[in-house]
Amino acid sequence: MTLDLSLLPDGGVPWLAASGEHADIVLSSRIRFARNVAGYAFTARARDGERLRVLAQVREAVPRVPSLVGAALLRLDEMTTIERQLLHERHLVSKELAALEGAAEARSGAAVLVSNDAGVMVNEEDHLRLQVFRSGFDIGGAFQAATKLDRELGGEVPYAFHPEFGFLTSCPTNTGTGMRASVLIHLPGLVLTQEIAKVLQGLQQMGLTYRGLYGEGSEVVGNFFQISNQTTMGRSEDELAEHLTRVVRRVIEQEEEARRVLLRDAGYIIEDKLWRAYGTLRHARSLPADEAMNLLSGVRLAVGLQLLSGLSVYTLNKLLIFSQSAHLSLEAGRTLTESEASLARARHVRQVLASEAGLADR
Amino acid sequence: MLCDQCHERDAVLNLTQIVENAVTQLHLCEKCAAERGIEATVSMPKHPLGEFLQAVQQQALQLPGDAARCAYCGTSLRDFRASGRLGCAHCYGAFEQSLRDLLRRVHGSAQHVGRSYQVPNPALLERDSSLGALRAQLQKAIENEEFETAARLRDEIRTLELTAR
Repeated sequence: MTLDLSLLPDGGVPWLAASGEHADIVLSSRIRFARNVAGYAFTARARDGERLRVLAQVREAVPRVPSLVGAALLRLDEMTTIERQLLHERHLVSKELAALEGAAEARSGAAVLVSNDAGVMVNEEDHLRLQVFRSGFDIGGAFQAATKLDRELGGEVPYAFHPEFGFLTSCPTNTGTGMRASVLIHLPGLVLTQEIAKVLQGLQQMGLTYRGLYGEGSEVVGNFFQISNQTTMGRSEDELAEHLTRVVRRVIEQEEEARRVLLRDAGYIIEDKLWRAYGTLRHARSLPADEAMNLLSGVRLAVGLQLLSGLSVYTLNKLLIFSQSAHLSLEAGRTLTESEASLARARHVRQVLASEAGLADR
Repeated sequence: MLCDQCHERDAVLNLTQIVENAVTQLHLCEKCAAERGIEATVSMPKHPLGEFLQAVQQQALQLPGDAARCAYCGTSLRDFRASGRLGCAHCYGAFEQSLRDLLRRVHGSAQHVGRSYQVPNPALLERDSSLGALRAQLQKAIENEEFETAARLRDEIRTLELTAR
């Protein structure tokens, strides 16, 4: 099967639109619920047939779930590695579901449902991982939509639930609400002023945790952090969402303050550094993934500081996702080596930036 | 390997000492190591999952009954400790007390206070619980080497699984 991306509404990534509050700092807000279907062993313990029945049961319920009407169903167990990796690069599936580590193939029944702003991973570590993304800083909006999806789907498919322990999950770190609220946030100001360690430490004291751009186990690159709640039990879903919102609002204020300090104390150094980043992106002939990420971080900061105009946050968001390896490979129609991908990435970035600047460029 | 000091308990710790340019290796049990002021426990991890796994490990030291199995899916406490994953919803009942302690350590509470939930169609769950009971009987029949009963139960379970939608 070849992956037909036109099936995906907005490519499955409407949150790239940069339409929400503080969109230059917060890329996206996300709520996910971990759920298991009653009557089957959890995914890792389930036999192939059981996983396929879980998928069939969910599929059968979709027409009666308003949040999923018109959703595309993508079978990861029928895709190539590059196609699965592309879905992962768009944050539509986890690394585990895409089987990007170790196993060469996705497990049978591994699938994802994608509608406008809601998605459901099927046969992930838990049978169901419901998720809703919103552009910018909008935990409240994502929470409302995700809760609606959860109620609708839970009304059709029986979830595993325990009156004392709440929603039952494969890993006890998710038990209870099964809820993870997170923001993908860009904090170059705090990194450059070396305040970041203090801020991250503060997060942990407040029951929050941070990860890299691609969640659990991913490295922090390009000053992008994913901040989320650490515990899922002993607090209600509303409390978890409100707590994260409150703390992230404070982090945004700290980031804005750090940016003011940078401009005040090191204005020309920062300006020079950011223009150099832009210059490299505009003209480089080879861009390794990490370097591209760091340069895009610089240009994003320049746009946020209004040092650079005529470049939208939307374009930067798209570059961040669409310049990654699997996207470049799929575009080229074959799996690119690392050095080939660096060349393709540089070409892609040059073209996008040139057309944005209204210039002809090669 | 036995502890070099007490020669009674298993050594869990390998201590390399350098005294006046001479390297000596000592294998110590946890108790003798503690007497020498050496902590055998792992240092505090920063990662939440690390913390969780540490909790699982600490619990392992306290619980002798780690061969206990969930009747529904066959997962044992030992499996859970190795993978950090439970096998099915019934594991929560099978390992209730251990999990309660663990959840308290991980989340600071073992009581869900969020949204409650009612299954839409209880008939679906009845099938589920009868399956669980059958699997428990099957387990017992295998242990008692009653193979005819086991075969019958296995067929019943298969039929029930197949009628699941």
